[in-house]
Amino acid sequence: MIKHKYMILRRLTQVGLLVLYFGANAWGWKVLIGNLSASKFLEKIPLADPYAVLQMSVAGAALASDVIIGAIIITVLYALIGGRAFCSWVCPINMVTDAANWLRRKLRMNQVAKKPPVYRDARYWILALSLILSYLLGVAAFEFVSPISMVHRGIVFGLGFGWAAALSVFLFDLFILKNGWCGYVCPLGGFYSTIGRFSLIRVTHDAEKCTECMHCKEVCPEHQVLHMIGKESLPVLSGECTNCARCIEVCNDDALNFHIRSFAKQSKKEK
Amino acid sequence: MKNDAGNDRRKFLLTMARDVGLLAFGGLIWSAYVDEAVANKLALRPPGALKGKDFLTTCIKCGMCVEACPYDTLKLASPGENIPIGTPYFEPRETPCYMCPDIPCVPACPTGALDKESVSTDGKLDIYKADMGVAIVDEKNCIAFWGIQCDACYRACPVMDKALYLEYDKNERTGKHAFLKPIVDPDYCTGCGMCEHACVTEKPAIIVRPRELVMGEVGTHYVKGWDKKDEQRLESAKEIKTVTPRSEKKAVDTLNDMGGLLDD
Repeated sequence: MIKHKYMILRRLTQVGLLVLYFGANAWGWKVLIGNLSASKFLEKIPLADPYAVLQMSVAGAALASDVIIGAIIITVLYALIGGRAFCSWVCPINMVTDAANWLRRKLRMNQVAKKPPVYRDARYWILALSLILSYLLGVAAFEFVSPISMVHRGIVFGLGFGWAAALSVFLFDLFILKNGWCGYVCPLGGFYSTIGRFSLIRVTHDAEKCTECMHCKEVCPEHQVLHMIGKESLPVLSGECTNCARCIEVCNDDALNFHIRSFAKQSKKEK
Repeated sequence: MKNDAGNDRRKFLLTMARDVGLLAFGGLIWSAYVDEAVANKLALRPPGALKGKDFLTTCIKCGMCVEACPYDTLKLASPGENIPIGTPYFEPRETPCYMCPDIPCVPACPTGALDKESVSTDGKLDIYKADMGVAIVDEKNCIAFWGIQCDACYRACPVMDKALYLEYDKNERTGKHAFLKPIVDPDYCTGCGMCEHACVTEKPAIIVRPRELVMGEVGTHYVKGWDKKDEQRLESAKEIKTVTPRSEKKAVDTLNDMGGLLDD
């Protein structure tokens, strides 16, 4: 197996999607028209960001059927392949935060960093807050501050000061909090964590092969989901796992691999 | 033991209070920002756009209208442009709306923020129903009002002689020439901005702004007595009699009554 196989695949998907969207605006390609908020696939199938649609309906928008069907398609897709697969395979901010994380490791900043004073649950509170604000303000609140849409829209339609949004996230992740944006703040990540709770594709740990080198926990952007490492042979069940497969790549002992989730087996184990 | 429980309770309550405080703090800053971010109402929207706040509520910022526009008229607002972020708009001085008969931007909208109904007549798309804005003329800086023949805006107008017509007037200064003054009729103006695009002055003397910013409102208490349709509004009107009692004082008393002004 090529080392970094998944990393290369992820970068290809991330950049490939950006190129397809960019090509639609610049050269009139018809594969993916629009952007991550809403788009049309092959001129027929509508796609839409379910979190944006949720905010808009809370804000009181009377939405057309296209965007509702699109949101349902995306919800079902990510519910099957892992909600936060969006985060590590599609979201353009992932490249920014991965870069910050890589630099942190190179500069050995993690050794001197203190335990963060905030909880991973913060994103769910921000998610709830975004819906309350959308209701009160009458507009989709997160869509006006989201660095994800700013950067993605910027790359497709013209960036303006959108680079400042990406830089803020980079600096926040580099100097203030490890995996700060994606792991603590981003309500879209929180939303997809909730959707992906019962998804089928899961990383599974084999404790018998594990030598407890902890390389996996070091690279994992959501290391709390790997609580079973070296202890029990369990699949990673938390919706917060982004299916980025970094843990699989760094494992020298073949103790981590993708599996299709089997609900029958699990219930046996729980007994 | 008792003390421990007390401390635990205090810790729990303090953590709760801290979290609620953080949420309120964040929520206030966030809402203040969004409130400011949606405040600019100067942007000209694509044809069929819902009015006012409804447009901002319903637009998902996908840019499909922008991609559908064959003239690259429409743009998505990027950060720093001070227009509600990610929403489509156009600047007619740069590129006006060329009023395509098939209005490709409107069917492209997945959310209904661009409303097909509002630009259709008998189920067929009709760009002349579009209301993107209204043109206004700066008579001080329009050279036609100086007496120089121009009519660039008039010639550019796709609803010529209805939305923009020329009013002939005598030029008293020369005694032998005419003014050809461009006059906008907001009843027909679609706000496409071809006039603003065509205007020959350095900074355009005819500009397009959203209708709700430009137009006044009379209110219901004025009735056009010469207009039969408007007169009909009075048929259902009920009489309200008000009585002001006649003053007992003599008229001259008002001169002597200082209304307490001299009291100190």
